[in-house]
Amino acid sequence: MTDSSIEAVDLTKNYGKFTALDGLNLRLEGSKCVGFLGPNGAGKTTTLKIFTDLIKPSRGSALINGLEVHGNKKKALENCSALVETPEIYPYMSAREALNLVADLKGLPKSGRKEVIEEAISEVKMEDWIDAKVGKFSKGMKQRINIASTLIGNPAVIFLDEPTTGLDPRGMAEVREIVKSLKKKDRLIFMSSHLLNEVSDVCDEVALIDHGKLLAYGTMDDVTARFTGEEGLADASFSKPVDQDTLDRYILKLDNVISAERVNGKTVRLKFNGGQAAQGEILADLVALKIGLVEFKTAFSKLEDTYMSLIQEGN
Amino acid sequence: MEADTLGQLEEPQTIRVPDSITQIGTITKYELLNYFRAKRFYVLLIIGLAISALLTFLVAYYRPESFLNTSLTFYSQWWGGSVTFVIILSAIFFGGDSISGEFQNKTGYYLVSRPVRRSSIYVGKWVASFIASMIMLLLFLGIAVANGVYYFGAGVPYQLWQSVLLATLYMGSVLSFTFFWSSLFKTSVISVLVTVILFLFAFPLIDGLLPSLVGAEPWFVITYGAEVITAVLNTSYPVHDIQSKTPIGKGHFFTITTFTPYLWEGIAIMLAYFVVSAVLGLFIFEKREFA
Repeated sequence: MTDSSIEAVDLTKNYGKFTALDGLNLRLEGSKCVGFLGPNGAGKTTTLKIFTDLIKPSRGSALINGLEVHGNKKKALENCSALVETPEIYPYMSAREALNLVADLKGLPKSGRKEVIEEAISEVKMEDWIDAKVGKFSKGMKQRINIASTLIGNPAVIFLDEPTTGLDPRGMAEVREIVKSLKKKDRLIFMSSHLLNEVSDVCDEVALIDHGKLLAYGTMDDVTARFTGEEGLADASFSKPVDQDTLDRYILKLDNVISAERVNGKTVRLKFNGGQAAQGEILADLVALKIGLVEFKTAFSKLEDTYMSLIQEGN
Repeated sequence: MEADTLGQLEEPQTIRVPDSITQIGTITKYELLNYFRAKRFYVLLIIGLAISALLTFLVAYYRPESFLNTSLTFYSQWWGGSVTFVIILSAIFFGGDSISGEFQNKTGYYLVSRPVRRSSIYVGKWVASFIASMIMLLLFLGIAVANGVYYFGAGVPYQLWQSVLLATLYMGSVLSFTFFWSSLFKTSVISVLVTVILFLFAFPLIDGLLPSLVGAEPWFVITYGAEVITAVLNTSYPVHDIQSKTPIGKGHFFTITTFTPYLWEGIAIMLAYFVVSAVLGLFIFEKREFA
């Protein structure tokens, strides 16, 4: 388990009379992926910019592994990578050179560097463009190179600011898979997003922010349970349409299931009691019923309910 | 490809980030790559070659006495008469948008969020623009010396090397001053325009008007300090101030004072511009936000 940590202490950012970030206190540590969720203008990017020295706080501190970013930037960011907004890469450089620049700045050893860069490029599926000039790339291609640049140097802490911005649906799915694979190892990933399904799909924990203030932080289950009660929601998909009789006779009679409604012909949304343990039992029961279950996943609408209620309270 | 098999995605390792000098070298290397791959380097190269070619033709065709009197007058006219213009052009081309471009083009996001001090980025870019400008300066010098050797033989007067050293100092100061303006604005066009206006219009205007209108020495203007580059190319260093009186009738005279900076004074002016601009430019870049 890594002991990486990032901490915002009374982090405040004012632009004239406008407060973009209002006394944010948040400490993240360990190996996990934390989603930083909030509507546009909530203060997500501002927070990440402060952590990466792109802007300075008006008050408070941003600490990485206990080191203040603005007093000791080089040391604090030593084992970090960041992708904030959509940086433009120098157009005269090839993708390989752009990553080499990062490798040089980070002090990556020359031996094996070629392989490291090619692996990073391969991870974002840009092998065919590795020696092409970045100036010829589309926004989505540039974003892929930006993501590849965050992989250089095996960072223990990664900041990602809406990393799927500018990507097509396939690219978005690929980036999410990359983030998922990154978090399998000892890394602390702090990823901002305004996409609920993205956070729900990729992150272990969620920090909700609006108007520069932290509204909630915890595991996905904790946060949603705190604001929407103990009931859980899950979507069960089947290989063939589920009729009303099957719903009434089998599914609704399973332990802990409160309600079951068809979302479409083949998908049923289940509301249940008993948390994750009960969810596991329901899954086992559905498999045992042999009615063609092909997918069973937590519905993110619960997170959506939490998000909407918190944002509305804030307003 | 399976993510787990990738070296990239293995357990994080602590990498020792290079010292600031090494990182300055890295920034310099990639900035030079930028210059050499961009059209602007070749545009300036063509301008430098064109100025040299024009001078070569004019001297060969017209054989002007002011050039061909002695080797010292030759270098004074050729080198002394054009080098400051070449330096200013280089500073505009290489330094004008060096910092402002990072904000305007959003390329700064790619660099600044890495474990590198902003001062290293600033200095690295300055060094790159200095090297690129030096290439132009040496090219111009090479053609001047080749012509000088053709007309006067291999004996190059020592004053030329003094002048080259002073020109190098001037180039550093002009670049430092240009970087200051570049860090002050987030728009490249404005920072380039300010540099052009100052060096090609405002400073020469002050240089000319201040002594002639009020008889005051423009000791605070960098282009005045740079006059030492030409002044050393004389057999004896020019006197500091000369008053010429033109009768305008009824016993009255119109007095015009011409100043030449002392050698130490010219060096001090250029050094002052270098130091003050560097400190202010660095300070601004450190505080500037990518908002």
